[in-house]
Amino acid sequence: MKQKHLRIFRLFISLIFLVAFTVIFIDFREIIPTAWVHLIHDLQFIPSIINFVAIMSVSALGFLIVLILTLLFGRVYCSTLCPMGILQDVFTFISRKLSVKTHFKYSRPLNFIRYGFLVLSLVSLVFGSLLTLYLLDPYSNFGRIFSNLVRPVVISLNNLMAGLFMKMNLFFLYKVDFKGFELREALFPVVMLAVILWLSLTRGRLFCNTVCPVGTLLGILSRLSLFRIKIDKFSCTRCGKCSVVCKSSCINVKTMEVDFSRCVGCFNCLTVCAENSIHYKLNLSAKKARSDEPSKREFLSKSMVFFLAMAGLNSRQRIRKGMGGRSISIEEKRPVSPPGSLSLKHFNDYCTACHLCVTTCPSQVLQPSFLEYGFTSMLQPHMDFNTGFCEYECTKCSEVCPTGAILPLTIEDKKLTQIGKVHFVIEDCIVYTDETACGSCSEHCPTQAVRMVPYKPGLTIPEIHPSTCIGCGACEHVCPARPRKAIFVDGSPVHRVAKEPEFKELDYSDTEEFPF
Amino acid sequence: MKRRDFIRKTVSLGALSGAAMAFGKYGNILASEAKHYALPYDIVAIRGGEPDAMFDKAIASIGGMKQFVKPNQTVVVKPNIGWDTSPERAANTNPKLVGRIVEHCKMAGAKTVYVFDHSCNEGTRCYKNSGIEDAAKKAGATVVSGMSEGYYHTVEVKNGKSLKHAKVHELILESDVFINVPILKTHGGTRLTLGMKNLMGVVWDRGYWHKNDLHQCIADFAAFKKPALNIVDAYRVMKRNGPRGVSVADVVDMKYQIIGTDIVAADTAATKVFGLEPSQVRHIALAEALGVGTSDLESLKINRITV
Repeated sequence: MKQKHLRIFRLFISLIFLVAFTVIFIDFREIIPTAWVHLIHDLQFIPSIINFVAIMSVSALGFLIVLILTLLFGRVYCSTLCPMGILQDVFTFISRKLSVKTHFKYSRPLNFIRYGFLVLSLVSLVFGSLLTLYLLDPYSNFGRIFSNLVRPVVISLNNLMAGLFMKMNLFFLYKVDFKGFELREALFPVVMLAVILWLSLTRGRLFCNTVCPVGTLLGILSRLSLFRIKIDKFSCTRCGKCSVVCKSSCINVKTMEVDFSRCVGCFNCLTVCAENSIHYKLNLSAKKARSDEPSKREFLSKSMVFFLAMAGLNSRQRIRKGMGGRSISIEEKRPVSPPGSLSLKHFNDYCTACHLCVTTCPSQVLQPSFLEYGFTSMLQPHMDFNTGFCEYECTKCSEVCPTGAILPLTIEDKKLTQIGKVHFVIEDCIVYTDETACGSCSEHCPTQAVRMVPYKPGLTIPEIHPSTCIGCGACEHVCPARPRKAIFVDGSPVHRVAKEPEFKELDYSDTEEFPF
Repeated sequence: MKRRDFIRKTVSLGALSGAAMAFGKYGNILASEAKHYALPYDIVAIRGGEPDAMFDKAIASIGGMKQFVKPNQTVVVKPNIGWDTSPERAANTNPKLVGRIVEHCKMAGAKTVYVFDHSCNEGTRCYKNSGIEDAAKKAGATVVSGMSEGYYHTVEVKNGKSLKHAKVHELILESDVFINVPILKTHGGTRLTLGMKNLMGVVWDRGYWHKNDLHQCIADFAAFKKPALNIVDAYRVMKRNGPRGVSVADVVDMKYQIIGTDIVAADTAATKVFGLEPSQVRHIALAEALGVGTSDLESLKINRITV
């Protein structure tokens, strides 16, 4: 492959991934098979590492592939696989097309900030919170932006089109209601989008080289890469064209050096050099330590921090145990985590709030949380029974979760997984207050953990059997009582196995006569 | 025009048109009175065969679908597709029956036959797993979604006692012929779900009904919108845990079907088939009091067919 074709190759791969990621995060019609979803996100660095820690299985070794790729070719991950990186390139591309002149120029690395963010994420991991890491993680940020901001726009367009096509008697599109949009939960993705947009238009990939912990980590590795961008000091005329197109601002024309720790492998520089002086090639020579580049020793110490943090991911269990035994009054309505997440603790420990499950959930019961799980688990999805309820025959979220926060679950297991328990307050029930028939809750209950029993002449009233309740929240969702719903689900901090509902045989004998 | 004026005018214009559109183009639609068909029987009750074959016989005995559907008309068939369960669970109308009804409408010359329901579980799953989407499409129907509020338009329910307004699916408001295809089963709140209860699937805001005297709302709406024909599927019947049911153990094969233009009479007959008295299902009497139909089966001509 000629050097100049590398960029085309990069563009090709990155567009495939960008389209794929966009589609999985806005797919509101369950079009994309879950197997494909995994193909798409298995190479995402942070989710893959977390998933590996969660399930300890070779199927979650995508992050190793990324590490190997980086050791071979530099941070090509940032330009071809990372959706957030590609998104920034798209912003830069569009601004160019709108003839906003974007010239980049060399800048010194902001080491304090970039290593600061990396260390901050890792240190907070050691202290038992994923929060910093997932608020900075590019994949999760991309997910939040597309799930919370782009998806509703696409759904509105879909509804508009569906209405128009309906007039023509065509029904291949159907309207969908986007439920549960709350500003406070959308605020973070909005801010992140604004930051990304502004940085990408003014400073290229500054986000990737200062904020993004993945970029910084891979940057440390890429110092050892086999293939690197090098300037041929004999033929270079210092025209600076390469530096102008370098969105990482990592080509120093004066010294004719490339700071490869910040190079995202976009290969734009290779296509502009008139003298053919800049090359991407195998580099086996031992690397001389330069004054403005951290040494190998520094690399080692930093990777130590990383592996310590990985150990921290595992050890959080012990650190948090002290809080486990808190007694909680039964009337308290605790948050509910999706089936397959084992417990609140497991879920909060492994979820990066990418909101793929929020997009995928067909009933939209999974919604971004705000403070339901507490500050350190902000934005992680929770079961919001105001917007919907968990479909009895569905395991979608557990199928798509990239991090192992929601582990795969068979449909049989799901139907017995008790994520919460039903509570009934008769004083708030319509049948009690208005003495009119209702039965909405029992109607929707898939296990009849809520069933209607005789109350007054011609009236039935709910009776609950919490042992067979799986906490799907259908009863709570449909309960018409206001201002307080009469029936609700209290989340189980540790998911349990519900009892299978049992009923006696029906005795029915056919009669030969019409009854009228 | 100054910018401020412009904004002020657009906003006030918008508010005005908004007010005018509050009830939309359907605001003045009156309840469509069911036509009086000259039929040899008021009610056809049939038992013993397969649901599709039973329907063939039953509809033939009152002169075929052409009695109700004229060439080039649009028809909406409204089965119960409320739940994400298989046909054996009998929570949804029998797919074979729905398919056969669509075929009859098509044979009678219907331009388009729509099928939809406002499901309780997630709509696409209900459509698919009930087998109804497949059967209806094969028979030539246009299956339409009912799961977005965008399809429903506010109408005034004239003479409604508890129900004054309802958001009704546009297909119900726009189609020429409305065919109601409920399935007979138990219901925790209303005892049974029948033809009139099935009409809850054509409105959006069901919570309002549950909150404001459910039986009265059911009767009010039946008085507002009477289907041309009611076909009560009682082939497989859920005897307990309805209307969703827990397993196939809740279901018995009764192999009945009730057909009639009078929704109150059809519901009364179906109630008796189930083994209850009409007095045990309160909305039957309430609807009768509103003049929707009669529960006095003695006064009706009933064709009883055993296959």
